[in-house]
Amino acid sequence: MANKKSSKKKPYGKAIIFGLIASALYVTLLTHQGLITANFTRGGLLYALLPIATAFIFSFFHGTFTSTFWTVLGIEAKKKKEVK
Amino acid sequence: MHDIVGAAANFINLDTTNLLYLVFVGFVGGLVSGFIGSGGAFVLTPAMMCLGVPGLVAVASNMCHKFPKALVGAIKRAKYGQVDVKLGLVMGVSAEAGVLYGAHIQEGIKRSWGDAGSNLYVSMAFVVVLGIVGTYVLLDAFKTHKSGNADAEEKVTKLARWVQSINIPGTMVYFKSLNARISVLFTLPLGFATGMLAATIAVGGFVGVPALIYVLGAPSLMGSATELVIAFVMGMGGSFKYALHGLVDIRLSMVILLGSLFGVQLGAIGTTYVKPVMIKIVMGAIMVIVLFSRALMVPVYSAKLGLIQPLSEGLVKVLKTTSFGIMIFALLLGAVIILVSMWKGLRSEHKTVTKEALEHGKI
Repeated sequence: MANKKSSKKKPYGKAIIFGLIASALYVTLLTHQGLITANFTRGGLLYALLPIATAFIFSFFHGTFTSTFWTVLGIEAKKKKEVK
Repeated sequence: MHDIVGAAANFINLDTTNLLYLVFVGFVGGLVSGFIGSGGAFVLTPAMMCLGVPGLVAVASNMCHKFPKALVGAIKRAKYGQVDVKLGLVMGVSAEAGVLYGAHIQEGIKRSWGDAGSNLYVSMAFVVVLGIVGTYVLLDAFKTHKSGNADAEEKVTKLARWVQSINIPGTMVYFKSLNARISVLFTLPLGFATGMLAATIAVGGFVGVPALIYVLGAPSLMGSATELVIAFVMGMGGSFKYALHGLVDIRLSMVILLGSLFGVQLGAIGTTYVKPVMIKIVMGAIMVIVLFSRALMVPVYSAKLGLIQPLSEGLVKVLKTTSFGIMIFALLLGAVIILVSMWKGLRSEHKTVTKEALEHGKI
C-alpha cells in the first residue's frame, strides 16, 4: 500500500505548464497596466465583459495550477472521507 | 456617473510591497472561504482602502476577485461530493435580487445621511446579525463539542424538520444535500437575506451558511460548500454591475486572486480532514470577533452624525486602528485553526497509512 502510495505519479508536468501559463498571464497584466485599466474601466456593456472574462481565464489557469501545486506538495484530500 | 468614472481612474500604484500585501491577505481570505464557504471578503475591502484605493473601487474589485475564487472553491469541493449545485443556484438567484435591493437601500441611506450614516448602518448590521447568528453558531458548536458527539452524524434541527415537512404544491423541489423535498418559498427569502447581507457587509455567507444548516437542514460540510455556489452567482452579477460603471480595478482583483486561489484550494482540502463541528467553530469564532471589531466603530459614526457627543481625534484614531486590528486577528485566528486542524488530520492519516502498510508487510 505504502509503495503504491509513494509511487503514485505526481502531476509535475501539469503543474509546470499551468504555472507557466498563469505566470505569463500575470506578467502580461502587470506589464500592461496602463493599457488594461484604461480599457477595462470604460464602462458600458461590451467593456464590462472584459474584467468578467479575465476573471474566468485567470481562475481556470491559475486555479488548475494551484490545485496541482498542492498535489505535487503531497497535500491532498483525505482518502476515506465519508460525506453524508 | 462622471464622478464614479473619475474615482475609478484614480488607481493606485502597485509596487512590490502592495503586491505582496494583497497576495498575503488574499491567501488568508481564500483559506477561510475555502473552508467555511465565505468569510474572507470582509477584511479585503478595508485592506485595499488602507492602500488608498477609493471605497467603491475596493468594493467592486473585491467582488470581482470573489466570484472566480468561489467558482474554483466550489469545483474543488464538488469533487469531494460536498456541493449541492441545484440548491446553490436556486439560492443564488434570489441572493442576486437581495444584492440589488441591499445596494439600493445603501444608496438611499447614503443620500439621506451621507457616508457616516451609511457606515453606521453597515456597522449596526454587522453587530446585530453577527451578534445573533454568530453567538448561536458558536454556542451550538461548543454544545456539540462538549457533548462528545462531534463524530456523530449531525442532527437536523427542529426548525429544519418542520421546513422539510411543509408541502406547498407546485413549489416543491428535491435537494440532495437535504435529502428531502422542500418548498422554494423557503429558499427564496433565505437567499434574498444572504444577498442583502452581502451587499451590506460583503459576507453574505454569515447568514447563508447558518440558514442552509439550521433552517433547511443541510450538513455543515455541504452547507458551507454550497455557499460557494451562491457566492459565485452573487459575485458575478455584482461584478458585472460594477464593471458597467468602470469601477473594477482588474489588477487588484487578479493580484488578490493570486493568493486566494492557493488559499481556497487548501481550505477545501482542509474540510476533508476535520469533523463537521470545526466548520461551525471557525465560522462562529470569526463572526463573534468581527462583531466586536465593528461595535467599536459604532460610537465613531454616531458621533459624526451628531447622535452622541463628539469624540476626540485621538480616540477616533485608536478606535479605528483597534477595530481593523481585531478584524485582521479574526481572519488570522480562523486561518490558524484551519491549518492546525488540517495538520493534525494529515499526521493522523499518515500514521494510519504507515500502520496499515506495516501490518500488510507482516502478513
